[in-house]
Amino acid sequence: MNNNSDGNKKVLRNLLFVVVGMFGFGFALVPLYDVFCDLTGLNGKTGEQYVSDAPMQIDTSREIKVEFLANLNDGMPWEFKPLTYSVKVHPGEATRVEYVARNKTNRDIVGQAIPSVTPGQAAAHFQKTECFCFTEQVLKAGEEKIMPVIFIVDPSIDEDVHEISLSYTFFIKPGSEDAKVKTDNMAMKARPSVALSTPLTQH
Amino acid sequence: MSAVIEEHHDEHHDHKPTGIGRWLFSTNHKDIGTMYLWFSFIMFFVGGTLALVIRAELFEPGLQFIEPELFNQMTTLHGLIMVFGVIMPAFVGLANWMVPLMIGAPDMALPRMNNWSFWLLPGAFGLLIASLVMSLMGMGSAPNFGWTFYAPLSTTYGPDSTDYFIFSVHMMGISSIMGAINIIATIINMRAPGMTYMKMPIFVWTWFITAYLLIAVMPVLAGAVTMMLTDRNFGTSFFSAAGGGDPVLFQHVFWFFGHPEVYIMILPSFGIISQIVPTFSRKKIFGYSSMVYATSSIAFLSFIVWAHHMFTTGMPVATELFFMYATMLIAVPTGVKVFNWVSTMWKGSLTFETPMLFAIAFIFLFTIGGFTGLMLSIVPADFQYHDTYFVVAHFHYVLVTGALYGIFAAVYFWIPKWTGNMYDEKLGKLHFWVSTISVNVLFFPMHFVGLAGMPRRIPDYNMQFAEFNAIASVGAFVFGFAQLILLYNIIKTIRGRRTEKATDKVWEGAEGLEWTLPSPAPFHSFTTPPTVK
Repeated sequence: MNNNSDGNKKVLRNLLFVVVGMFGFGFALVPLYDVFCDLTGLNGKTGEQYVSDAPMQIDTSREIKVEFLANLNDGMPWEFKPLTYSVKVHPGEATRVEYVARNKTNRDIVGQAIPSVTPGQAAAHFQKTECFCFTEQVLKAGEEKIMPVIFIVDPSIDEDVHEISLSYTFFIKPGSEDAKVKTDNMAMKARPSVALSTPLTQH
Repeated sequence: MSAVIEEHHDEHHDHKPTGIGRWLFSTNHKDIGTMYLWFSFIMFFVGGTLALVIRAELFEPGLQFIEPELFNQMTTLHGLIMVFGVIMPAFVGLANWMVPLMIGAPDMALPRMNNWSFWLLPGAFGLLIASLVMSLMGMGSAPNFGWTFYAPLSTTYGPDSTDYFIFSVHMMGISSIMGAINIIATIINMRAPGMTYMKMPIFVWTWFITAYLLIAVMPVLAGAVTMMLTDRNFGTSFFSAAGGGDPVLFQHVFWFFGHPEVYIMILPSFGIISQIVPTFSRKKIFGYSSMVYATSSIAFLSFIVWAHHMFTTGMPVATELFFMYATMLIAVPTGVKVFNWVSTMWKGSLTFETPMLFAIAFIFLFTIGGFTGLMLSIVPADFQYHDTYFVVAHFHYVLVTGALYGIFAAVYFWIPKWTGNMYDEKLGKLHFWVSTISVNVLFFPMHFVGLAGMPRRIPDYNMQFAEFNAIASVGAFVFGFAQLILLYNIIKTIRGRRTEKATDKVWEGAEGLEWTLPSPAPFHSFTTPPTVK
């Protein structure tokens, strides 16, 4: 059996390499998935801040309806809603809309908004030149803030797309708040449907 | 084929260690195989008990016996125990016992690692079951997120015991990987002279390929639970959108493991059936090489179909089409196998001993499960079937009447070689008929309630599903208690007081190295390798 034990060691070593490699591959799936989603717009994630070299050609022959949604993640005690529910835009034209958020607790809270665009294939063509989602937002206790988004729908967007929904979900930045929020029942009941004091403006 | 045991080469022939040390420190492939099989059998009764709790609750609509929270723990642990604690260890046990005997090797290539890979399992399942025991004693909840443990159910919303579960999955993963490495090393290095790859019995081939699947995907599962662990305890956000992660990513990582896993749970059964059908047809297997290539194709395809579990997560149409077509493609090599088995029986001189009965039932009932799988692969249909009892019916046909029936067939087929005694044929046939009738009473109605829209994993249901659920529950209890016949038969065979002695060849049509050994197979076998012509 001695002649075998060298062979066994070799097989063992090679297969252990495969095991370690596949363990690594499991983690490599994380960036691979992100790259895949970036390329396909699969999970509705939009790109980073858009900087244009030259202004886009405005395509006045088409009109796309863009709707705005606001969500709060579990345990986020803010109020949050768009001041405009929908606009009609021509592809290529820069449009400004505003969201409003209010921290109705007596603590300072850091939040991060995550955008998501539906339908997925529109995500890659939805460019934002300015957005409150690019940075963390700090709201002091009781503070209210108007937050702008400036976006351009790329004229190269598929002809079939007539409506786009832009949704933001505000998350508490992990670690910026202690566990008090979870037990704060008043805060937990906060939902975006609660009317804010700010009046709605129609774009 | 010469298979003389030349005893003068081994002075300690059949000298066994005694007492508990024989089992604790065992490096003997037969003893370790036996331990794997008993472990699996015990877990089978544990997982089966949980299934009966589920079926008792679902006997009629409304909540009767358990609260929804406990019901969730029952479905979760039933799935985990049956997949990782019953089917997989039983296959590894069969491989331990039979692969060295079938290729003429004296033992497994890495006997100490073999011992370690078995003894990790009681620890792993001890932890998992401990969480259930604590839950029943009112201390927290056992894992309750389903056997697929999707994030965020298992991360943000997972009970404290999830960390037990994660450690348990790590241990069973290490155990499986070591078992797989051992089997590959044994097959590559320890084949008897003349045993070329294309002469290996199909069971050895299917396990060879299964072992590669295990090595490829168990580390991915380990990665998934490690990400869960760090998400839960160390502030990472792999699966949490709040930190820039994505819960859908979890499903991709899980099913990248999970789909090859379902073939890990069926390929060895294909191998078992490919041993049994020729034996009782008294013919060589039809299309040996096509069997090997079909098994390899299934293994390859299993890596590129995982997202068919996720059609409803919102994928682009192109991706859905790719995964749909790739999934349908698997029906081709599987069909090759089924037709080969049928062709093997064609014009054979068949007899219907218990292993053959289970093998034929396997071919018939597994094919039903395969067809419902094909239905599920169709994207628009899957939107309707997703997360209903139709899916439950599908995977119980392939896992119970597929994988488990393969294991039953293997036990009846080889137990005379293991113990030296024939099992009680009457009891075997009784076990077969009661099981086969009740398993269909149990699972067939689930197709109907599933198509009508009954969701899985819910303890209560609409009145319209009441009759079929009552029928399924009756089938479940009959099937569950029928397994006591198997337990009794196995114990009776091992004791051997009221059974016939088995001959060396056992079955008239048996072929292969394992049948050249005496029955029971001696503690040390093939110390001098046989020569295969």
